[in-house]
Amino acid sequence: MELGFTTAAYAVAAVLFILSLGGLSGQESAKRAVWYGIAGMFIAVVATLVGPGAGLWLLSLVLIAGGALVGYQLATKVEMTQMPELVAGMHALVGLAAVFIGFNAHIMIGYVDNHLAENGAVLGGALVDGQWVQSVEKSVLEPLSSFGQLIAKKTTVEITILKIELVLGVWIGAVTFTGSYVAWGKLSGKVDSAATKLPGGHMLNAAAAGASLILAIIYFASGGLIPLVLLTLLALFIGWHLIMGIGGADMPVVVSMLNSYSGWAAAAIGFSLGNDLLIVVGALVGSSGAILSYIMCKAMNRSFISVILGGFGGPAGEQMAVEGEQVAIEADGVATALNEAESVIIIPGYGMAVAQAQQGVAELTRKLRAAGKEVRFAIHPVAGRLPGHMNVLLAEAKVPYDIVLEMDEINDDFPDTDVAIVIGSNDIVNPAAQDDPNSPIAGMPVLECWKAKQVFVSKRGQGTGYSGIENPLFFKENTRMFYGDAKASIDKLLPMVE
Amino acid sequence: MKIGTPKEIFEGERRVAMTPESAAALQKLGHECVVETGAGAEAGFADADYKAAGVEVVKTAAALWKAADVVAKVRVPDATEMKRLREDQTLISFFSPVADEDKMQAAAKKGATVIAMEMIPRISRAQKMDALSSMANIAGYRAVIEAGNNFGRFFTGQITAAGKVPPAKVLVVGAGVAGLAAIGTSTSLGAITYAFDVRPEVAEQVESMGAEFVYLDFEEEQQDGASSGGYASVSSPEFREAQLAKFRELAPEMDIVITTALIPNREAPELWTEDMVKAMKPGSVIVDLAAEKGGNCKLTVADEKIVTENGVTIIGYTDFPSRMATQSSSLYATNIRHLMADLTPEKDGVINHDMEDDVIRGATIAHAKDVTFPPPPPKVAAIAAAPKKDAPKELTAEEKKAKELADFKAQTKNQVTLLAIGGALVLLAGLYTPASFMQHFIVFVLSVFIGFQVIWGVAHSLHTPLMAVTNAISSIVILGALIQIGSSSGVITFLSIFAVFMAAINIFGGFLVTRRMLAMFQKS
Repeated sequence: MELGFTTAAYAVAAVLFILSLGGLSGQESAKRAVWYGIAGMFIAVVATLVGPGAGLWLLSLVLIAGGALVGYQLATKVEMTQMPELVAGMHALVGLAAVFIGFNAHIMIGYVDNHLAENGAVLGGALVDGQWVQSVEKSVLEPLSSFGQLIAKKTTVEITILKIELVLGVWIGAVTFTGSYVAWGKLSGKVDSAATKLPGGHMLNAAAAGASLILAIIYFASGGLIPLVLLTLLALFIGWHLIMGIGGADMPVVVSMLNSYSGWAAAAIGFSLGNDLLIVVGALVGSSGAILSYIMCKAMNRSFISVILGGFGGPAGEQMAVEGEQVAIEADGVATALNEAESVIIIPGYGMAVAQAQQGVAELTRKLRAAGKEVRFAIHPVAGRLPGHMNVLLAEAKVPYDIVLEMDEINDDFPDTDVAIVIGSNDIVNPAAQDDPNSPIAGMPVLECWKAKQVFVSKRGQGTGYSGIENPLFFKENTRMFYGDAKASIDKLLPMVE
Repeated sequence: MKIGTPKEIFEGERRVAMTPESAAALQKLGHECVVETGAGAEAGFADADYKAAGVEVVKTAAALWKAADVVAKVRVPDATEMKRLREDQTLISFFSPVADEDKMQAAAKKGATVIAMEMIPRISRAQKMDALSSMANIAGYRAVIEAGNNFGRFFTGQITAAGKVPPAKVLVVGAGVAGLAAIGTSTSLGAITYAFDVRPEVAEQVESMGAEFVYLDFEEEQQDGASSGGYASVSSPEFREAQLAKFRELAPEMDIVITTALIPNREAPELWTEDMVKAMKPGSVIVDLAAEKGGNCKLTVADEKIVTENGVTIIGYTDFPSRMATQSSSLYATNIRHLMADLTPEKDGVINHDMEDDVIRGATIAHAKDVTFPPPPPKVAAIAAAPKKDAPKELTAEEKKAKELADFKAQTKNQVTLLAIGGALVLLAGLYTPASFMQHFIVFVLSVFIGFQVIWGVAHSLHTPLMAVTNAISSIVILGALIQIGSSSGVITFLSIFAVFMAAINIFGGFLVTRRMLAMFQKS
């Protein structure tokens, strides 16, 4: 079918995708928004199948069906607490696909070159009056695929640009692939979440990036396969090493950053294939990921650079010594306080996700609400390992979303609250961020739960947790430590709450 | 280790240092417990209760002292008990190292370890073992109850058919633990409560309990209680004069006066002078919680209730906690249990008397044949001296305006610079690249722009679905693979097959997961 139809379909798909992202501004419209996205994807794929991709219909459909089966299995089996891993893992797939497509484009250039030479034409055309002109007979173009025809029509300058785009696509795709793979490993606990670097650290990354640039230039000049392969290997290394060097606490930023990369990779591929829809979607995804990363960094009061460079920067001076002692409490004590409280704020963190305690927390919420108490949730922007992680978990446990509030909405309410319960969060409730200018997290906005009349902290043990920063909250006079696995603790608590 | 509690010998002492509840907790630490028969009887704990909690009950005090490795009691041991104290035994009790110096020397000579509950340092870590505080709390409460018992009127004001009752006015002098407890009890009974303390920083605590803080017209920089471990210290003569003048002014109005002013290791300061007592109305009540240390009122007689010529009752009991033996025993026993928990860090029933530990070191007055009093100053200050903070400067309206204008200018400058640089780069690219590239490039730039505009509006709680959705739609790269799959080159087809397959997984997985997540969001 002619290209006009495909382009029109692409325009429709692009609009649908934009609506799909825009619809996420509210919970209700979001439900509609997903359908826009699905429709957009459907139209795009169908238009491509009937248009430029009309090569191997049956095989394409079989592959898509196969992918659908696997995707369905993944999506239905996954626990909501494993969302971060799943998203990171899927980014890896996009990255790898981008690498493959980039390589295909490279092979195609070589193939078209040969084909044109056999038919007495030259790839890139000739210089006429200072202008590159390429004119190839229609009979020569016929046997080529639509992408091949596109290349054959390109002038030399355009071919060089194509190569640049292709290299970018492959490079970003490869970084995304290994980066996402490591992120997946770290999030699922298969790789140690601590920041680890090879000797040389970021100099190694910089050297690899520099080497990639040199290889890219060699590739533009020679068009050979070897520089491209080497460049891909270097990119794979950078992706691996970059994410290995980032500590677990920064994972929300990493995941959204990789999300952004996968978008830019798609956009670069779109350029090399001359496909506007790919460019549009790639740009949307890329900017979305970039904004998310920015929001996450801001929530942690860290600059993007320092997150990428990995680990927490060394503290500027000695941190304040923490005085006092962590006073433990048992379930009955917490239950008594809850039974007496009028208003309760629950602050969930990654610990709740790990212990799968969200159902128990939701049950507790229902019981307390049934007793006429005001129960709300305070969500810090970086709670969990993925932006919005806590909201999804609480939603899974059927906690109504109108009692789940953001930090800015609820932070002023703590002084009027009887009981604040911290479940498996640490840094996001660390008063040192406000009090101690030498703390590694100084200046990071935190939930001021210590202003509540009483604070209970459900925590596995006395350690400093994921980030290794001492938390003075645990030593405050109105804080009681409710030690134990979050799920076990909540389950013990439940029957005691009326 | 075996922890034993004898029956208190001191006359009128009804408290006991171990309750069935605390014994259960001690057993969890790996200790065994033993009590003398009838030890808890006066505090309302029967021998049977102890037995039920797994505590051994022995017939005589002598047998108990013999059996126990650690003896926990309330009052300082008397001469007989001192004789029973033996080498390597640990004694935990109230024990004043100043007043009972000879007993301390004797215990050290014997090689026994003595932990004095009075000497537990006042740092937040040690609060759970601070028996002085827990007993003071009870004393404060009981002081109000005793006052009420001897006061002929209601605390709260009432207007009834039978006439109008004015509310009682209560003055609490010294807002330490006992003072604050007294304030709380008094306000909750409905009295109008005033409170005074030499430490101005407690005004806030006093007001939080619902009482009115009595301020002095006094210019001198008042002392900060934080420097002396949270306790009051001696004030200057001028300050004292101002304070007494204020009390004189208040005395005729007050119905009940509760004095709790104590300075560590000193005679109680005289705050309520004879002329103030004389100025009070008949029927008024004074409760002097400092009676044991000589009293804040010189007319006070320790352990007795007297009535002055002008009909003012002065209560000088020193055994308020003992008058509420059940409550005070369970609090005191809990203090002891916390101390034992610190002494057995491994919870294995083996006592590790760590003389490096601030709390244990501070409270130990005799150990390993040595007198270990006074202890070195604790490493941790009781209350962190509040760092002086500069209040953020209030901006005037003009300054605010100027600031806004400057911000706006900076923002405009920023935006214009960015636009100029971006525009110049695009134009530069346009000069050197062919039109076919620029067509796509325009699409790209506009898409990035749309992306930025749209994503800012996404709700914070939907960030995870946003990631999942963008992840799903980023598998739009499937189009590239679909276009290439029909190629005549085998390698290309092969790679494309993988690409299509992986992207397809992503499309379906991504959208399905997003739907699953969004379906969960529901309104209450």
